Amino acid sequence: MLRRLHSFSGLIAGLLVALIALTGAILSVDPALERAGVSDPAAGSMTVADFAAVVQTRFPEAERVVRKASGQMVVYSFDGDLPRADIVDPVTAEPVADYVPSDFTRWVTDLHRSFLLGEMGRAVSGVGAAIMVLMTVSGAMMVAARMGGWRAFLGRVRGTRRQRWHVQLARFAVAGLLLSAATGAYMSLTSFGFVPDGMDAEPEFPLTVDGGTPMSVTDIAALQTVDLTELRELSFPYATDPTDVYTLTTATGMGYIDQATGETLSWLDNGTARQIYEFVFMLHTGQGLWWLALILGAGVATVPVLAVTGTLVWWARRRGTPRIAGNGGAQVADTVILVGSEGNSTWGFARTLHQELTARGHVVHVAAMNQLAASYKRARRVFVMTATYGDGTAPASAKHFMARMEAMVMEPVPVSVVGFGDRQFPKFCKFAEDVAEAFGAKGWPLLVPFGTIDRQSAQEFARWGEGISAALGEPVVLAHVPVLPQTVTLRLAEREDYGAELQSPAAVLRFVAADGVEPASGLRGVWQRMRGQGLPAFAPGDLVGILPEGSTVPRFYSLASGRKDGMLEICVRKQPGGLCSGALMAMQCGETIECFVQPNPTFRPAHGHGPVILIGAGTGIGPLAGFIRHNDGRRQMHLYFGARDPQSDFLYQPQLLGLLADNRLTRLTTAFSRVASRAYVQDRLREDQVHLRDLIAKGAQIIVCGGRDMGHGVALALDDVLAPMGLSAGKLRAGGRYVEDVY
Amino acid sequence: MKTELSAAIIAAALALPAMAEARQITITTDLQSYGGRGAYLAVYVTDAAGAYQGTLYLAGHKSRYFRHLSDWTRAGGSAMDGATGASVGPGRTLTISVDLADALIDAGYEIHVDVAVEDMRDSPSDVVVPLTTVGAGTPVAGRSFVQSLRYDM
Repeated sequence: MLRRLHSFSGLIAGLLVALIALTGAILSVDPALERAGVSDPAAGSMTVADFAAVVQTRFPEAERVVRKASGQMVVYSFDGDLPRADIVDPVTAEPVADYVPSDFTRWVTDLHRSFLLGEMGRAVSGVGAAIMVLMTVSGAMMVAARMGGWRAFLGRVRGTRRQRWHVQLARFAVAGLLLSAATGAYMSLTSFGFVPDGMDAEPEFPLTVDGGTPMSVTDIAALQTVDLTELRELSFPYATDPTDVYTLTTATGMGYIDQATGETLSWLDNGTARQIYEFVFMLHTGQGLWWLALILGAGVATVPVLAVTGTLVWWARRRGTPRIAGNGGAQVADTVILVGSEGNSTWGFARTLHQELTARGHVVHVAAMNQLAASYKRARRVFVMTATYGDGTAPASAKHFMARMEAMVMEPVPVSVVGFGDRQFPKFCKFAEDVAEAFGAKGWPLLVPFGTIDRQSAQEFARWGEGISAALGEPVVLAHVPVLPQTVTLRLAEREDYGAELQSPAAVLRFVAADGVEPASGLRGVWQRMRGQGLPAFAPGDLVGILPEGSTVPRFYSLASGRKDGMLEICVRKQPGGLCSGALMAMQCGETIECFVQPNPTFRPAHGHGPVILIGAGTGIGPLAGFIRHNDGRRQMHLYFGARDPQSDFLYQPQLLGLLADNRLTRLTTAFSRVASRAYVQDRLREDQVHLRDLIAKGAQIIVCGGRDMGHGVALALDDVLAPMGLSAGKLRAGGRYVEDVY
Repeated sequence: MKTELSAAIIAAALALPAMAEARQITITTDLQSYGGRGAYLAVYVTDAAGAYQGTLYLAGHKSRYFRHLSDWTRAGGSAMDGATGASVGPGRTLTISVDLADALIDAGYEIHVDVAVEDMRDSPSDVVVPLTTVGAGTPVAGRSFVQSLRYDM
């Protein structure tokens, strides 16, 4: 609901709100610029009477003195028949410059508050401000939900690059946006008279005045008591009219002063409505608070970027929403598939299962978990496929599932729960586990054991399908094809072979763009990518999806290079019976592959200068070598590398030695398992525990890459190493300081 | 480019008790190209002693700015007194047609125009013209924003 509200208003009003914000950001600079040219006299050093006297000396036909919120003094006068407006020195009243309000500022202001469309535009702008309030509040609530609560609001953001940009910018700007938008909406309401601003209240104009000989302005008591910094406006009486009065406006009110007696004839203190209005006006425009204006300006300047990234996030989600063709009715289906999804990717898997079972003659009903019915009359089995959101909570389409399940009045049938998630997250598949437990508590038998799918792995899903196949006693083949991005054609340019002696060949493969376009940097690079030329954008740690011939399921490999290296590098080991690894290992230079890049933004060194501990075994060295190669800042990087035999499969040996010499790699520790002193990386970690604890105490991040068993072993070893510090691999993982890519 | 704004006003407020005769007067106010937002204008009539008689036209909608038309508000003018319309942009012309009692002509009555522009000066009684038969058709220059004011009978 929150998300729908947020994206709906964003899509409808994004452009509008972005324009209001952009113009607001431009205007935010004005108060500081104006302030920069002003030197205020110290409070208490000058009264309005003193200043009025110097003004009158300098401008005999002065009409009015205005002290702007910045402290800038403007004198309106006549020079004979010529009307003048001068910015004057706030002490001597010497003219400094002609007062000419900037055409540009006026134009931007009108664009900001009315899109140059008069009253109609003002109304639209007011609605825009209200939408901005709505989006800021709903957006903040979404961030809190995503991060796992308000307390974790400022935690590390995970997700794709555009999601991170969106969340990080929004968090930076949220307070300023809320203030700008709420004050803007209020000002719009006062402008249309829905909220009183008290600006038209005036003191009673005096019916009688003394009419005697005017006093010198310096002697006027009512002006002697007002400090110059309190002044807003002073209008002088007409020189020719002895019955005219001084009109004084100060920060606290407005009144008329007799020019013959110097007494205040009538005075009106600012009412509450006006005080509120003036305060809000100051907050919104920053006039008189130039530093706040700059802060708010920086905040609202993010809005155009938020609009763009928000639209991209929405589009990616929308494109991922599958349409289930031939969905069976809820009460006629023999198989029910319930989907809990936040980002819609789980729907794709549900569709694959739906297609396969429908093709086998089943009547299959797919629905969001929130749409759980009280009973399914013909159902003989139920599948629940669900992601987990944030800190182990239900994803969007499953928020109401638990409550609805309580209300179910159906005889238990076999159920299968499968969780989708990312092992990087501390509460991996937590919600799916809760759902499985809830079914267990209600006495529903399991069709197959609880399953999990890590990072949308089509292979794991296919394996899970094998279990279903056995349980149903019919051949179910789940070949899940995610909606693949456009592929690019790459040509194998270079290969380094290892491990042949161990009957376990591995290779470092380097690909270049098949179209022969050298990847450029900067704007030319963006242009190339927009036109699909050269290499796509990627960085070490991202994944490349390769579609082996004769398969519809892409295989993913971690990248050991970035686009700026001019080639796409992966590290491959031939898997027994592996379709894709076999094909890759058989490739000759000059042959081509079709592939696409999938960002893997959580798996890379965190920003900053803290030390990084890299732990890898076998081909897992690939992305780690890439991180080291890209260590331009020369932060400390400690690599623990495990292989079988230094003579045979010490991948990247020459490059690593070069990187050591270049100070990109601080220390290299190796462990070989097929030599006399057989050891694994886990052993090296335990031996180095003092050093490791020291690094962790300095804020080091740990990055692990390799096989699943190795990953498990490393986590256990690190638990032992970290125990004396009261830490564990899990705790570091929760804080984003332990990331892994295991396969 | 000059845009014509016009308003036909039955000047009930300006009808003296004894009067029966009235004639139509057209008041044409040209504004300078002063480079700023639309001007608020109050066009009103006072007697020889400066006492307020009535408002012929008020340009500008927001009451919070009316106090900047200070001669008019002090004389006792109010937005209720006459016809109203949108503010008038720089370089534009405001043309008003009003039925005025004959008794107001050649009797010391004056037309005043107060002008105020946001972020610029307030110009009360920017132009003041006596209502006379001989003065009809002769443009009179204003002090700040009014290029000229002319009335035709």
